[in-house]
Amino acid sequence: MIEVKFFASIREQLGCAQLCLSLPRDGACVADVLQAVEAQTGVHLGGQHLLAAVNMAHVAMTAPVSDGDEVAFFPPVTGG
Amino acid sequence: MLVKVQAADFDSQAEINAFPQEGIRGAGGLVSFVGTVRDYSDAADILAMEIEHYPGMTERELERISAEARAHYDILDSLIIHRFGRLGPNERIVQVTVWARHRAAAFDACRFLIDVLKTSAPFWKREITPTGMRWVTDCPGCRAGTREGHSHGVAPAVGHQHSSMHK
Repeated sequence: MIEVKFFASIREQLGCAQLCLSLPRDGACVADVLQAVEAQTGVHLGGQHLLAAVNMAHVAMTAPVSDGDEVAFFPPVTGG
Repeated sequence: MLVKVQAADFDSQAEINAFPQEGIRGAGGLVSFVGTVRDYSDAADILAMEIEHYPGMTERELERISAEARAHYDILDSLIIHRFGRLGPNERIVQVTVWARHRAAAFDACRFLIDVLKTSAPFWKREITPTGMRWVTDCPGCRAGTREGHSHGVAPAVGHQHSSMHK
């Protein structure tokens, strides 16, 4: 299983802060996880500026995801 | 390096005074930046600001950029404090302090840290205005660390304008 977390406007669009999913496939990448999230929630997140993290480090959508990872999706950050 | 992510307000000078002395022996000075909540945006008065963060990743990112600053600049140590939760106008949000033997490295590293923090630390601001709440959206000018003031037209969803004192 992988734990997927959502923050800020993405959390609000999905109406939930986190989901537990099974790894979409062997050799899955972050984009595959996003697709699985969209399929499960029925909310289309594509077409907007989304950032991703795996195990609390920024990654590209093509980054690999393994079983047990924590994946997160969020909009561009606006701290400081 | 020291990183603090907290809801509580902080006293900038007290934080500097309390910083562990071992790491900053030989310092010729320090440079500190303190960011506060603006009381205006383009469209409305701001009653309050809500800051959401990603617990765990936030600390990791701030520690990562602190290590990067030490690797790239001739500095002795650094302190980053960032608040989350609901903040009123003019309240302190963030402090970056850098100790160095010489001023140039202290200024450069402080500037580097606040600029990189803005594009990498997982915080999200939401403005509370008289007409409701809205997420502050990404600002490419801020992302580039533009020195001069810059303005936005109608794009992005929440258009906003910065004065030359933007930070």
